[in-house]
Amino acid sequence: MLRLPPFELLQPATLAEALELKKQHGEDAMYTSGGTDLYPNMKRRQFEPHFLIALKGIEELSRIEIKNGIRIGAGVSLDKVANHPFIQEHYTALSTAAGLVSSPQLRKMGTLGGNLCVDTRCTYYNQNYPWRKSLGFCMKKDGDICWVARSSPKCLAVSSSDCAPVMLALEADFILLGNEDQRTIKAEEFYQDDGIHYLRKKPDEVLISISLPEKSGWNSVYKKLRRRGTIDFPVLGAAVSVRLDEDGICQDARLALGAVSSAPVLASKASEKLLGKKPDSDLIQAAAYEASKLAKPMDNTDMNLGYRKKMVSVFASRALSEAIAS
Amino acid sequence: MKKLINLTVNNEHHEVWTSPHKTLLEVLREDLQLTGTKHGCELGECGACTVIIDGEPLLSCLVLPSEVEGCQIETVEGLAQHGKPHPLQKSFVELGAAQCGYCTPGMLMSAKALIESEDDLDPQKIREALSGNLCRCTGYAKIIEAVEKASLEHQSTTETSHG
Repeated sequence: MLRLPPFELLQPATLAEALELKKQHGEDAMYTSGGTDLYPNMKRRQFEPHFLIALKGIEELSRIEIKNGIRIGAGVSLDKVANHPFIQEHYTALSTAAGLVSSPQLRKMGTLGGNLCVDTRCTYYNQNYPWRKSLGFCMKKDGDICWVARSSPKCLAVSSSDCAPVMLALEADFILLGNEDQRTIKAEEFYQDDGIHYLRKKPDEVLISISLPEKSGWNSVYKKLRRRGTIDFPVLGAAVSVRLDEDGICQDARLALGAVSSAPVLASKASEKLLGKKPDSDLIQAAAYEASKLAKPMDNTDMNLGYRKKMVSVFASRALSEAIAS
Repeated sequence: MKKLINLTVNNEHHEVWTSPHKTLLEVLREDLQLTGTKHGCELGECGACTVIIDGEPLLSCLVLPSEVEGCQIETVEGLAQHGKPHPLQKSFVELGAAQCGYCTPGMLMSAKALIESEDDLDPQKIREALSGNLCRCTGYAKIIEAVEKASLEHQSTTETSHG
């Protein structure tokens, strides 16, 4: 049986208490909310904290405020995000992405904040302890080598969040609260291309909410590639948001890719191709091709490497076409 | 270090003296001897351990008991009432919707939460609601038929009881 390693569960009532507990226990403590990513990892001994600070009961984290856009508490469940009428109407890509995470049960447990901070994944990492030990461990946990590319100086585990690329496409701001201060960081600056240090978040900081700008007149779409129609993490995600004027001329466009590296990637050059033009299928293909240049998938997820690389322009073009047509 | 945890399972109150880092699945099976709930992958990927907590189907392998104190927990053992099987259990038997049976408790609990929360069910909605429950025998068609049958029966009984 895969059991959790022993720990003590701390259940603060407020964010201030949660931060205080983290300050007190430092590296021995980790934050948890839905637990759907952390507990499996703990069962596989990828994390063995002595204390878990539960954020689940903190009311402030589960609020949704609609004002000059929307502010979504990081503790809102993925199920709520997927079924929220205002999000479905104004931020369609986000409700789609949240609704495509794992399974119905898991979406009721897992939170938006959890999905945005989800641990990076790799064939050589997401294995139980005896499996990893028999291979000699990897640099992400207990070892010093990357089994995907032995000469790689950094970990190549893959950003596997469905909602993260959507946040880049929707120009989200993330609000972080730490012991020192509260700060706001752009979604694209929150992530970095390193499988181990994949978030620019200090250990004491909590992602408390996500702020999305007002998006009337924009259309957004998210497309996900995975083996099965449920449960699986994305092998590729393409998120698009566009704004066309009355004549169909593209005023604004943002295209982002997920699961192509250790961080979600904003395909700025690809979206620039569309600006000021009326996108036809040739232009969409050209933009999607430009986006695919950014994807450098490694052989460490499900599905064949060559196929995954090929699918980048296919999925980018499908997402763009749908966003432009709607 | 053990801890006293108060759980309400199938309308019965239990005081459990157990390790706080055990999952709800482990406490149900090992401390309360409610072994109807199955452990499959234990990583939240298969749905075999699905139980209903405050009306929602959740994965007991990833729930900490301390976080569900005061909640109403339902397991497969609570389905039959007064010695009579639940409409879902009846339709699963009648239509042969179980092969090896390992996924059945989880399927039943996901299905129960579904038929109690939605009236207007069609096979597509049932498929979506059960998409977190894997059946290694791949007997999905009969499971979906059985849930549809039970949902019709559930609707007619609730209509009668309200009418």
